[in-house]
Amino acid sequence: MLLRFFDCALSAAAMWNRLRKNVVYFFINFLHLFTATMEQLTEYADRFLAQAPACDYWTLRLVAQDSDHLEVRQGVVEPSTLASSLGAMVTIVKSGGIGYAATSDLSVSGLSAAVARATTWAQAHARLGLFDASVHPRSSTRADYHAPVLESWKALSVNDKLALLHDANHALALDERIVDWSAWLTRQRSAHLLLTSDGGRIAQVFESVQPGLVAVANAGSQTQRRHGGGADWAQQGGLERLAAVHFVDDAPRVAEEALALLTAPECPSDIRDLLLLPSQMVLQIHESIGHPLELDRILGDERNYAGTSFVTPGMFGRYRYGSELLDVTFDPTVPGELVSMIADDVGTPARREYLIRRGILERPLGGALSQARAGLPGTAATRASSWNRPPIDRMGNINLEPGEGSLSDLIARVERGVLMDTNRSWSIDDSRNKFQFGCEWGRLIEDGELRGVVRNPGYRGISAEFWRSLDGVGGPETLEIRGVTNCGKGEPNQAVSVGHASPPCLFRDVAVFGGGA
Amino acid sequence: MNQDSFFALTDRLNASLSGSEVLFCTLNGEASDFVRLNRNRIRQAGHVQSSELGVMLTDGSRQVEGHCVLSGEMKTDLAQVRQVLARLRERLVEMPPDPYLHYATTASASSRFVGAQLPAAAELLATLIAAADGLDVVGIWASGDLSTGLASSLGHRHWHQSHSFNLDWSCYLETDKAVKASLAGLQWDGAALLQRLEALRHGLRIMARPARTLEPGRYRAYLAPAAVNELLHMLSWGGFDLKNHRTQQTPLLQLVRGTRQFAPQITLHEEHQRGLAAGFTAEGFMKPDAVTLLAAGQFGECLVDARSGKEYGVAVNAAGDTPEALALAAGDMPEAEVLARLGTGLYVGNLWYCNWSDPNECRVTGMTRFGSYWVENGEIVCPIKVMRFDDSLFHLLGDRLEGVTCERELLLSAETYDGRSTDSALVPGLLVGGLTLAL
Repeated sequence: MLLRFFDCALSAAAMWNRLRKNVVYFFINFLHLFTATMEQLTEYADRFLAQAPACDYWTLRLVAQDSDHLEVRQGVVEPSTLASSLGAMVTIVKSGGIGYAATSDLSVSGLSAAVARATTWAQAHARLGLFDASVHPRSSTRADYHAPVLESWKALSVNDKLALLHDANHALALDERIVDWSAWLTRQRSAHLLLTSDGGRIAQVFESVQPGLVAVANAGSQTQRRHGGGADWAQQGGLERLAAVHFVDDAPRVAEEALALLTAPECPSDIRDLLLLPSQMVLQIHESIGHPLELDRILGDERNYAGTSFVTPGMFGRYRYGSELLDVTFDPTVPGELVSMIADDVGTPARREYLIRRGILERPLGGALSQARAGLPGTAATRASSWNRPPIDRMGNINLEPGEGSLSDLIARVERGVLMDTNRSWSIDDSRNKFQFGCEWGRLIEDGELRGVVRNPGYRGISAEFWRSLDGVGGPETLEIRGVTNCGKGEPNQAVSVGHASPPCLFRDVAVFGGGA
Repeated sequence: MNQDSFFALTDRLNASLSGSEVLFCTLNGEASDFVRLNRNRIRQAGHVQSSELGVMLTDGSRQVEGHCVLSGEMKTDLAQVRQVLARLRERLVEMPPDPYLHYATTASASSRFVGAQLPAAAELLATLIAAADGLDVVGIWASGDLSTGLASSLGHRHWHQSHSFNLDWSCYLETDKAVKASLAGLQWDGAALLQRLEALRHGLRIMARPARTLEPGRYRAYLAPAAVNELLHMLSWGGFDLKNHRTQQTPLLQLVRGTRQFAPQITLHEEHQRGLAAGFTAEGFMKPDAVTLLAAGQFGECLVDARSGKEYGVAVNAAGDTPEALALAAGDMPEAEVLARLGTGLYVGNLWYCNWSDPNECRVTGMTRFGSYWVENGEIVCPIKVMRFDDSLFHLLGDRLEGVTCERELLLSAETYDGRSTDSALVPGLLVGGLTLAL
C-alpha cells in the first residue's frame, strides 16, 4: 500500500518514513477493545468522577480508536491488521497554571496518578507559564455526534472484501510495464468522550472506510505512479463509500493512466493558466489557506516546528487574501466530511464560519484558548490526534465555496494552460508563502480544449499573490468533498485528518514546470 | 511496563497457544515529559504514559497482526490481550496462506539499558528559562523512559530500554529570522546548555543585520550537517528499500543502473551498532552491526525487512524499509576552513519541508530555514530571506560536490509522532559548487 500524506510540518520524508513503518496508523493508535462502546467509556469516566480532583477546572478526555486493514498487493494478501488504542487525557487548571497527563492505565489508581502528574505540571506552568491559565476555556456543553454510516463495515464478509481487492488487483495488472500494484480497504472508528468539571459531556463517534488503488508503471528510467479508487478521497461513512469512489471499477483507468504517463512529454516550463481539479485544490487550500490562518502559528507556538505565518493579527477584516471569487468557510456541518462534528476537544460547540469572504480575510482558525490569548475571534478548532496528545489549533473542514459553471466551462476559458490532478509532491515555506506542488497527472489546454497528457506536472507560487489570480470557480455540481488523513503539526507531533471541499478552480499566469534534472 | 512484567505477560500468552500456533509480541513503551516553550515560557506541559503491544499470530503459513495498548496491570492486560487473540484467531482462519510470512525460527535473547537518571524535567526547564532570559526561545523538551521488547513462543526474549532527553529549540529575533539548536542525549550537561545559548546569541547578532533577498539562480553553498540530514531523509524515502528497488520505484534507479553517480566521497552506512535503537526486529531477526548503503559514490546494499527478504530471497538486515541510524562518511575539509573554501555564496544552516520534485531524476525541492546566511570572501555578511531550492541529488552529492567536512555531528531525531523516536544520524557538512534556487 502506498500511502499519501498531504502535510507534514518538519519533513515530508520523515512523515512518509514514519507511516511506512506503521502502515495502519493513519490516526496514530487504535482501540484495545475492538468493539468499545460509549457505555464502556462512560464506565471509565465514572471511575474518574468518583474521585474528581480538587482544582479550578478539569477535563477528562477518553478516546477509543480501532482500525481494520486489508490489502492485496500483486495478487498476494498482505498481513491483515487489527489495531486498537484506548486511553485518557486529564487536564488540570489550578492556581493560574495548566498541566496535562495521558495514560493507558484506566484503573482508579492509574487515573489518580495521571491527576497527580497533571497537577505537577500545572504547578510548573503557574510559575513559568506563557499565560495565566485562568483564560483557559471552560465548557458545560452536553452534546452527541455520530458520523453518518449507511452500510456497516460488517455488511461484507472478510472473504467478500478480499474478493474485491483481488478483482481490483486483476484489473490493475493489465500490462507487463505495470511493475507494482495494490488495492486496500481500511476501516477506522474513533469514540471520544469529553467530561468537564463544569458538567460538560460531549460524546462523539467518528467512522470512515478508506479504499484505495495504486498502479506503478516503469519503462527504462521512467517510473510513474497513479492513484485512484478513493485513495485521496476520504470521508466519514461506511462501505457505501466504495460505490461513491468507484472502487474496483476505477482500476483500469488508474493503470492505463500510469502507462500513459510513461510516454507522455514533460509538462512545459513557463507561465500559463492553471486549472486545478478538486484532488489538488485540497492540497492548495490546506497548505496556503488552512495553515497560514492557524492562530497558534500566528501566536508563535509552532515557530520551532510547523512554522509561523505570513498572516498577522492586523490583517483580519481588511486584508485581500484573494480575488472576489474566493469564499472559504470553516464548516463542521457538511454531512460526511472528515471533520464534521458537534464540538471540538475542549468542548466548544462547532459551527460554520466564514474565514475569507469575497477575497477579504475575516477570521483565523483558532480555538477558544488561542482566541483569548490573541483577542481575536476564531473557530471550534482545538483538536488532538488521540488520547495521548493535548489539543491544539487544527483545521477542521476548510472549504472553498462553489461559484458557477461546469468544468467544461472553465476549460473553455483557457487559451493556453495546464490542467493538474492528484497531488504527489508538496512543499511550502515556514511562513506558508512560497510553495511548490507537483501532481500525478497533467493535460494541456489549448484554445479552450483539453489536449495531450503531460507528465511530472508541477507549479510554484506565493500564497499572498496566488489566490489573487483566481479567475474561475466551478459551480455546486463540480464540488467534491475530500480531505487529507495526515496533517502533521505540533510538539509533541500530532497527525490528524482534515476535511476540504472544493470545486475545480482556474488561476491565471502561474509558473508551471515538468520533470528532468 | 518493565521487562519482567512484559515477559511475564507474554509467558502467560505463550502458554495459552494451541496446535501449531506461533506468537510474536513486541512492546513499545514510553513514560515521557513533554514541555512546549514559546517566548521562553512554558506554553504547554504534561506527561504521556503508554505501552503499545504488537502481536503477530501465525498458524502454519497463515498470519494476522494486531495492536493494542496495555495498562500495565497484569490481570487487566492479560484479559485484554486474550480478547485480542480471540479476535485474531477468528480473522486468521479467513486469511489465505501467506507466501511471504517470515520470522526467525531460532530463539535469541538480549537485554540492553542505556542512559542514566536525569534531574527532574521541571527543574531543568526552570534552569533553561533562567539561562535564556531575554531570548525568544521556542521549542520542545522531551524526556523520560523508552522501552522496546520482543518475546515469542519460539523463545525470543529481547529488551531495549533507554532514558534520554531531547531539547529541540530555536531562538527568534523577529518574523522568520531565527537560529536553531538541539541538545539531546543520555546525560544532562549544564555546560553544554550554556555553550548552545552563547552560540545562539552569537547567531542572533548576525541575524540582526538586514536580510539579503536573493534572485533565483545557482549559488555556491555550504550545507551544514542539519541541512545535509534533510537531504539524507529524502534519500531514505524509497532510496534504500529492497521492494522499491525491485519494483523500479527507487529514486536511485539511475544510480543502480550506472547511468548516474554520486561523488567518490559519498559513503553511507546504516549503523545499527550505534545502539540507540533496538538491535532486533519484530520478527526476531538480529540487525547486523552495519549495512553499507552507498560506497564511494556507488550503490551498496538495500535495507531488507523480513517480508521483503522472503519475497525476494534476500537476508534480513533491517527492521523496516527506512534507515534508523545513518552515518555519512567524514571527508577531509576542516570545518574551520568552510567559509574560506566557500568564498562567496550561501551558508545553509537548515533545510526544511523537502519533497521530491522529480524522483526519476532524484530531484528535490525544499526551503532554507534557520541560520542561513550570505557569505562574501569567506566572511558571513548577513542572513538571507528564505529561498526555495529545486535540484538533483545527483548534482549536490555528485558532480557539484566540492568538499566534505572532517567533523561530523550526531543528530538525534526529535520526532514524536509515534512516541519519541530513537532514530539518529551522524552527518558532516558539505560544500557544493552550485545549489539551484527556484523561488
